[in-house]
Amino acid sequence: MSPILFWFFTILMLGFALAVVFNINPVASALSLVVSFIGLAALFFQLDANFIGTIQILVYAGAVMVLFLFIIMLLDLKAEQSRRLNLLAIVGGIAVIGVFVAQLIAVLHRFPGGNKPFPPLAASVDDVRSVGSALFTSFNLPFQVIGTLILVATIGVIVLSKRELK
Amino acid sequence: MVTLNDYLLASGLLFAIGFAGVLLRRNIIIIFMCLELMLNAANLSLVAFSRFNLGINGLPDYNAQVFVFFIITVAAAEVAVGLAIIVALYRSRQTTHVEDINSLKF
Repeated sequence: MSPILFWFFTILMLGFALAVVFNINPVASALSLVVSFIGLAALFFQLDANFIGTIQILVYAGAVMVLFLFIIMLLDLKAEQSRRLNLLAIVGGIAVIGVFVAQLIAVLHRFPGGNKPFPPLAASVDDVRSVGSALFTSFNLPFQVIGTLILVATIGVIVLSKRELK
Repeated sequence: MVTLNDYLLASGLLFAIGFAGVLLRRNIIIIFMCLELMLNAANLSLVAFSRFNLGINGLPDYNAQVFVFFIITVAAAEVAVGLAIIVALYRSRQTTHVEDINSLKF
């Protein structure tokens, strides 16, 4: 785990996440989100989670973001015209975020157990096999529940996108 | 040297950025993207803990990675349903601005 790569991908991820929030144009936000997810996938690879990093790129940067861009272009959203900003909401939001970040830094400061480098691995990772065997043995029931959930979501999407709800 | 706290800090900041987007932006699609950022921040800390707490065989704890797999699956289903709802909403109201959708507001 090289520190230079870690900080490079962390700054890439956080910078483009900020771009998602502050871009006026929804298409630019969606493309920033893709870059942010690729930075996050690189962090997963550095943590020896190759399977998770791969499905992060395939599912998020691929499928989910294509869906987002498709919907943005289907609805033909333009850049937002400037509206009268709700000052109370903005001040309140920034205050909540400030308290959250201060709390985060305080908690991490008082957590000496995490202030150690990662222990070395005993063997080379074979994580697709390990995740797969955990998925099909100890987590077999949740796996089937997830399958049912996806089926229900598919049916729900078809019902929702019908022209007339009768 | 990269420590666990660095990863937790990165994850917490990513969560804070997503949270800021949900609180500050008024376009419902951007709010939805920021929700995805928050889910991914949780995934990053789960994977970091999985790599930090090695199992008895000296390999990462794969139960956490199965959990991350479930989160990604549920998030993908949620995006599909959520975007279908946004399309249905746009058809009836011609807006994606949350302040224009106030018929349930007291």
